[in-house]
Amino acid sequence: MAEDRNEVWRDELRKTIKNKERTEIQRVRMNELNAHYRARVREEVNQGLTEEQALQESKRCLDCPNPTCMTGCPVSINIPGFIKNIERGNFLEAARVLKETSALPAVCGRVCPQEKQCESQCFYKQKLGKEAVAIGYLERFAADYERESGKISIPQIPSKNGKKVAVVGSGPAGLSFAGDMIKKGYEVTVFEALHEIGGVLKYGIPEFRLPNSIVDVEIDNLAKMGVKFVKDCIIGKTLSMEDLKAQGYNGVFVASGAGLPRFMNIKGENLIGILSSNEYLTRVNLMDASNEESDTPIYKGKNVAVIGGGNTAMDSVRTALRLGANRAMIIYRRSEEEMPARLEEVKHAKEEGVEFLTLHNPIEYVGDEKGRVCLMKVQKMELGEPDASGRRSPVPVEGAIEEIEVDQVIVSVGVSPNPLVPNSVEGLEVSPKGTIVVNDSMQSSIPTIFAGGDIVRGGATVILAMGDGRAAAKAMDEYLMK
Amino acid sequence: MNKIVSKENFSENVVKLVVEAPLIAKARKAGHFVIVRVWEKGERIPLTIASADEKAGTITLVVQKVGVTSTKLCEMNVGDEITDIVGPLGKATHIEKFGTVVCAGGGVGVAPLLPIVEALKKAGNRVITVLAARTKDLIIMESQMRQFSDEVVIMTDDGSYGKKGLVTNGVEEVINREKVDMCVTIGPAIMMKFVSLLTKKYELPTIASLNTIMVDGTGMCGACRITVGGKTKFVCVDGPEFDAHQVDFDEMLMRMGAYREEEKADLYKIGK
Repeated sequence: MAEDRNEVWRDELRKTIKNKERTEIQRVRMNELNAHYRARVREEVNQGLTEEQALQESKRCLDCPNPTCMTGCPVSINIPGFIKNIERGNFLEAARVLKETSALPAVCGRVCPQEKQCESQCFYKQKLGKEAVAIGYLERFAADYERESGKISIPQIPSKNGKKVAVVGSGPAGLSFAGDMIKKGYEVTVFEALHEIGGVLKYGIPEFRLPNSIVDVEIDNLAKMGVKFVKDCIIGKTLSMEDLKAQGYNGVFVASGAGLPRFMNIKGENLIGILSSNEYLTRVNLMDASNEESDTPIYKGKNVAVIGGGNTAMDSVRTALRLGANRAMIIYRRSEEEMPARLEEVKHAKEEGVEFLTLHNPIEYVGDEKGRVCLMKVQKMELGEPDASGRRSPVPVEGAIEEIEVDQVIVSVGVSPNPLVPNSVEGLEVSPKGTIVVNDSMQSSIPTIFAGGDIVRGGATVILAMGDGRAAAKAMDEYLMK
Repeated sequence: MNKIVSKENFSENVVKLVVEAPLIAKARKAGHFVIVRVWEKGERIPLTIASADEKAGTITLVVQKVGVTSTKLCEMNVGDEITDIVGPLGKATHIEKFGTVVCAGGGVGVAPLLPIVEALKKAGNRVITVLAARTKDLIIMESQMRQFSDEVVIMTDDGSYGKKGLVTNGVEEVINREKVDMCVTIGPAIMMKFVSLLTKKYELPTIASLNTIMVDGTGMCGACRITVGGKTKFVCVDGPEFDAHQVDFDEMLMRMGAYREEEKADLYKIGK
């Protein structure tokens, strides 16, 4: 429990409405763009809550003495603390509470899988069998309110402690680490390989789910706090770890992300028109390829199949619709129940007209005379016994093979860690899967090098990466101050 | 940042640019490439580094007008700044003393071949360089090649300079004449394919440096994937150099045409 629960105003606020009345309020519905309209434009689908809606929803939170929701949050946001500030109408203070622990609240409010984290641990869900308090919506509301008010608070930065740290990669793990370290008094420089800061938040997550302008504001805030950003610089290639040491960096946090897209190694997979979701989304999001002005080419498929059932697959298939696909399909080898994507993404995709071919698995692609994919063969599956992941494993239904006409296939079956840094640092312990091995404090086999995010996990979520950044900042600070 | 400090026109469509990039100049080795972007809405394209001057903090790029970005790059001038250059990328060339090495270069592939020729010579190899082009005016970097080669064989399609014939004729002549231990080839994909078919016949180990479509150049997108020895490889992180005899050149040639239609439209847009 956060200490602020005992403050007089909180105590009084709790007494203004009886808990019974609070629990009778229905969970708010997110305002969304009409599905028919939004499926063809890039505008953000979720429109956020109005002040009235946010005030009403905030009343549902019971300000529990033991707020279990916080245990579900990888960065331990003071959830009742910010929600009760919304209830008393102090939205700017709510945003300030969020920023105590999260470098990117407007991002988390949009992309976190809340139903699996904070909201899954909410008292409503756990004990009342009711819908959880809409923590994610409220987080987004507070962060957006602050940004739109023009009164963004920049956290107090202590005087410099004389130590310098480098961050490799400017995605969620790197930004979260940078935000924490600058607040602890370090000089912080973030090195990014691409020409834009933001990592997966820029190249991966599409505009209709997370507008770039939102990410830029959060990056700007870090810059205002004193974080330095260097683009077009690959640690391990442009500069080595020795170079960083020679430049006086005391510690390095490696958050270089998920590098190599996985393919399925099936016949015809290298035909033209078959590409990884990383390539597809990078072309559209980072390179703005669907914009007439952009030099980067993109093929706008008419019959598009996306292989996979994660968030990246949903992002890809919904992007295909927005680029004019007549038919946009998800091909997933398990059933919908096992799909790793956020519930909201699946719901939105369905509303927009995406077809879901669950229990289907591609086994071969066929090309036309120019080498462009024109047909895919898919094997129908059924669910068997649970596998190592605890999910029921799909097994082929003998003889049940379908043919589907396609002119573009986007393969979204996961990624392997980026090999550039692990391969270029001598003495760094790397797992057989290519992830950097770290201890409980995110420290690698080289004591001054810490690591987190997908380079350690192999492929996870924005918030888990941010949690790693936070944990690494705390541990590196303790190590360097010893 | 990334200022062009000198420019030389090798031919109508081929330009040599010397660009300020001190960190890359210091870190690069033979075989490395960079990713370049020429304006705010520009695409990212790979270019192999031809040479570098660590003291001056510059790298040399030799560019042929092919698509939108290479055309725009060729039209930039001394004093202009290139929006983004990132690198050095890819694995450096494996250099050792093999004995006698034939280096076969065609078109602008001759430029990235130069640092390899230099490194091979310095490692104690006997280096025979075969330079090929359609016609005399398109033969580039001959004098620099002579500096590090024991012998330079020039081949032109029309016989206007050196011997008349293709690069493969030049390479085969050398193989028939003396014992060769290794071959390195860089040039258009179709040329490398035929060099590879030839040397395979003679069981001569051959390395080809590939230049495929890329986006990020750091292993993230997989646009550059090719098949080597039946396995999918990424040119950007597993290459750019591979055992030529294992490369599926036909698939690579097919994949390089992936955006031909879009590219044509973009060239039209800039009035080409």
